[in-house]
Amino acid sequence: MTDSADGTGLPALPVLDSPRRRVPPTGAKRSWQTGTVLEVRRETPHAATYRVQLEQWQPHLPGQNYLVRLTAPDGYRAQRSYSAASPPEDAGVVELTVDRLPDGEVSGYLHDHVRPGSPLEVRGPFGGWFVWRGDRPALLVGGGSGVVPLACVLRSRAARLATGATPAPVHLVAAARTRAELLYADELTGPFAEDTTVVLSREDDAGPGRPGRPAGRLRAEDLLPHAERLGALTTGDDGADVFLCGSTPFTTAAERLLRELGVPADAIRVERFGPS
Amino acid sequence: MSVVSEGFSGRRGRDPRLPPGQYDVGGSFPVLTAEATPNVTQETWTFRVDGEVETPTTWDWAGVHALPGSAYEGDIHCVTTWSKLGTSFSGVSLDVLLEQVGVRPSATHVLAWASSGYTTNLPLADVTGGRAWLVWEHEGRPLSAEHGGPVRMLVPHLYFWKSTKWVAGLRLLDHDEPGFWERNGYHERGEPWAEQRYAGD
Ligand SMILES: Cc1cc2nc3c(=O)[nH]c(=O)nc-3n(C[C@H](O)[C@H](O)[C@H](O)COP(=O)(O)OP(=O)(O)OC[C@H]3O[C@@H](n4cnc5c(N)ncnc54)[C@H](O)[C@@H]3O)c2cc1C
Repeated sequence: MTDSADGTGLPALPVLDSPRRRVPPTGAKRSWQTGTVLEVRRETPHAATYRVQLEQWQPHLPGQNYLVRLTAPDGYRAQRSYSAASPPEDAGVVELTVDRLPDGEVSGYLHDHVRPGSPLEVRGPFGGWFVWRGDRPALLVGGGSGVVPLACVLRSRAARLATGATPAPVHLVAAARTRAELLYADELTGPFAEDTTVVLSREDDAGPGRPGRPAGRLRAEDLLPHAERLGALTTGDDGADVFLCGSTPFTTAAERLLRELGVPADAIRVERFGPS
Repeated sequence: MSVVSEGFSGRRGRDPRLPPGQYDVGGSFPVLTAEATPNVTQETWTFRVDGEVETPTTWDWAGVHALPGSAYEGDIHCVTTWSKLGTSFSGVSLDVLLEQVGVRPSATHVLAWASSGYTTNLPLADVTGGRAWLVWEHEGRPLSAEHGGPVRMLVPHLYFWKSTKWVAGLRLLDHDEPGFWERNGYHERGEPWAEQRYAGD
């Protein structure tokens, strides 16, 4: 540990957000606003995407999330976080993809009651840590609805490429139980196929022209080639970032695999979606 | 200007121990961490109190266990909206450590930090008077690494990001200095009953 430069004589404390992982400024104050749902798209048997038009829209960074708030006639309220699925290049709107949980208070309501034209109270964007800025290679690892903020990265990167920008390379490892439950399956295995590895835990996966992957949870070999290629095994400022998102069991298992492969702990950013 | 969400009644029969916007996770204990779980063991863990104190002091695992023990029984609340009700932790009250180092009258705030570089700031008054602990046991078992073991801080009357995992030290300051989440848009104090989630709440 080095001595502090601030003249207090105290040893400097270690810093989590070192230059390698600098976080963006938090930006303007975000208050609650009532958006309008423009479109509801079914993604999987359990997930739907809500396209919400916002009057006070500000561009988000891929990885950031919005709060959604519900209010009952007697004033009772519930709020939950949902990641932005649409890229910030899609101005004036935000798309949220919501997985319906059994007995879910908020996700159940959204699925049962929210239709095109419905008002929806939201606040955001939030999050200054789990964000992709496009200037560093990144390995993206998502399970279930944890794929949402990572698909936002791929979409934003594609939009930047289309304008002639040169964002750093990324690769998404997207996990789901079955192909039918994989979010954005057509997009991930279509336009983004080059940058995506699909991991199905309950189904063998052998598409035409693709080498098959036997059913099973995330394995070292699903991650290793991409971690190596992108530089996620490199320590220091030259290494890639790893964005890991999903349920607690998924992120815990994936984090262990990544560490065993030799990914430095300080390269991994984790976003966990609620309880196990 | 809040709209009523048509058809929403919410889950009824809410436990009065739940602050607004929180739900009960029951028996599970979710993990929320920004960084990967660091490798801190009972052998390598130390805890230093410095800054605005008379005698900066470092304790190790045996050192904190030699102090009079103390337990917390009650609820904890995470800003991501889960609460865990009727849980328990044991360790040592921060009052005991602060008494040993001798807090200078100039001290007003503390910055708790972990070796990962995670930091969080608290008014001194929030970590004194029997309201904050160093803990190494959860519900009678050793605190697991993913929950901040071997030793984490516990400040259960504030949102749980104030309860630094893998805590390695407390720096007493004569001013307030935002920690990791506080620099990233979260509330300075984080009081669950006032729903102080984000800066400006
Ligand atoms: C930063 C962040 C971003 C998120 N982004 C998304 C997203 O893009 N898409 C998405 O679908 N969800 C996302 N979530 C999860 C979301 O906020 C809610 O937790 C989820 O929709 C459940 O809310 P609910 O009211 O429907 O369920 P609740 O009524 O709160 O819970 C119903 C039951 O499910 C359990 N439960 C609650 N939450 C979860 C969970 N996340 N996983 C498993 N079990 C749970 C509860 O213990 C309870 O038994 C995100 C969470 C965070 C913290």
